[in-house]
Amino acid sequence: MQSAWTLLSWGSDGWLDDIAYGVFVTVCLALATLPLGLMMGFFIALAKQSNEASLRLAGNVYTTIFRGLPELLTLFLVYFGVQIGAQNLLRLFNPEATIEVNSFVSGMVALGVVFSSYASEVFLSAFRAIPPGQYEGGHALGLSRGRTMRLVILPQLIRIALPGLSNLWLILLKDTALVSAIGLSDILRQAGVAARVTKHAFMFFGVASLIYLVLAIVSSVGIGAIARSVGRREMAR
Amino acid sequence: MSAVISERPPIAARGWPRQRIIGYSLMGAWIAIGIALVFYLAISWNPALFERYAGTYMSGLGVTLTLVVISIVLGALLAAPLTYARMSSNPILSGFAYAYVYFFRGTPLLVQTFLIYYGLGSFRPQLEAVGLWMFFREAWYCAVLAFTLNTAAYQAEIFRGAIESVPRGQWEGSASLGLHRLQTLWTVILPQAAIVALRPFGNEVILMIKGSAIVAIITVYDLMGVTRLAYSRSFDFQTYIWAALIYLSVVELLRHGIEWIERRITIHLKR
Repeated sequence: MQSAWTLLSWGSDGWLDDIAYGVFVTVCLALATLPLGLMMGFFIALAKQSNEASLRLAGNVYTTIFRGLPELLTLFLVYFGVQIGAQNLLRLFNPEATIEVNSFVSGMVALGVVFSSYASEVFLSAFRAIPPGQYEGGHALGLSRGRTMRLVILPQLIRIALPGLSNLWLILLKDTALVSAIGLSDILRQAGVAARVTKHAFMFFGVASLIYLVLAIVSSVGIGAIARSVGRREMAR
Repeated sequence: MSAVISERPPIAARGWPRQRIIGYSLMGAWIAIGIALVFYLAISWNPALFERYAGTYMSGLGVTLTLVVISIVLGALLAAPLTYARMSSNPILSGFAYAYVYFFRGTPLLVQTFLIYYGLGSFRPQLEAVGLWMFFREAWYCAVLAFTLNTAAYQAEIFRGAIESVPRGQWEGSASLGLHRLQTLWTVILPQAAIVALRPFGNEVILMIKGSAIVAIITVYDLMGVTRLAYSRSFDFQTYIWAALIYLSVVELLRHGIEWIERRITIHLKR
């Protein structure tokens, strides 16, 4: 019987290196999903606040679907659906071919889609908090619509949307645990493997939950720093 | 000095501005996806599959809803003392409640479920000694326990936020009327807090319904569980599509129900 410290050491006897790899995968997945989700969420929010009714409707359909589906089901739909779709498409050209969809990319797309549908609501309420005079002021200065958006609206938007987005980031970090169900070696899967091999399930899942807690705390500190720097820029103006 | 602001409705754009082209093409894409989905379900319609799994899906949905209702109710019962502890001035009590809430909100529900189902399995001899092994052996009880503990943390935060949103003057006014603190809480504070809490509480119920899909991973046959089973036996992708449609309709039904209740209970606030 090995001691808990041996099991948690680095190297061939311990599992720390495997779990560290899991942390790396989880963090990579969350960081890769973030820009995708933010960008999609921003454009969906733009659609939802447009004057054009059809554009609003299209945005709302997107949000309704992806906020209503369980994250795990979205993940499976993407993982198996894309695989089957790509397979059928490929069979048209080459009947022998098989295709394997990368679970990291599937996880990124599924989590990004869910993140973006929530983020679009955050951006939308931030858009509504910006008075129309800001757009008119930009127009009066002769800025084009794109430049008004980039130079006038966006800096204010980020400051208003930051608390909501940081909540979504923490949710995203927790949702990454779901990708262990499609076989990606994230924290939870590595801990699960260690638990099965060593029979110390409580210890390894406990370690996994503590790692998630530490990630959440580190993110809160980081978000606080970002919020302060955004706020300071606002004060200096 | 008063500026005269004339509010005119915006002039509707005529013809085909760029936004309209994008909007119509996106809506066209959604409609095409919808038609494709219906078409796909129609051509892959399999009476044997339907007959075999329709009942299973319904029982799976029943398991999902039972799990959510039990954990929400038990979670609310647990959240009440937790809210009290969190708001108390005793540092030990509030510190404990803070740590509890932080842990359960800071870690994934899936990890908490694993911790209870697989993790407590490592203490089998001790659990058998106290006669609790019967409980922790069953995935279903573990799922209920994990979900209850998790939602209690979220609900405690919702209740705390709602109670704190009621202005202090309400407490002071009741005290000057000679109401007992418990009376104040029950007759003055809670009715006002309930209006604030309704929306986040409804969101929590929806999050629980969506989150409950993960119990399929620990072999509980809820809606997601029976879907995985049906897919692994038939390799027919429509099993997932049906599950998605059922989940979507449940969540939408619930969302509209909550909005309806909110309209009803805020009727006296409308002008």
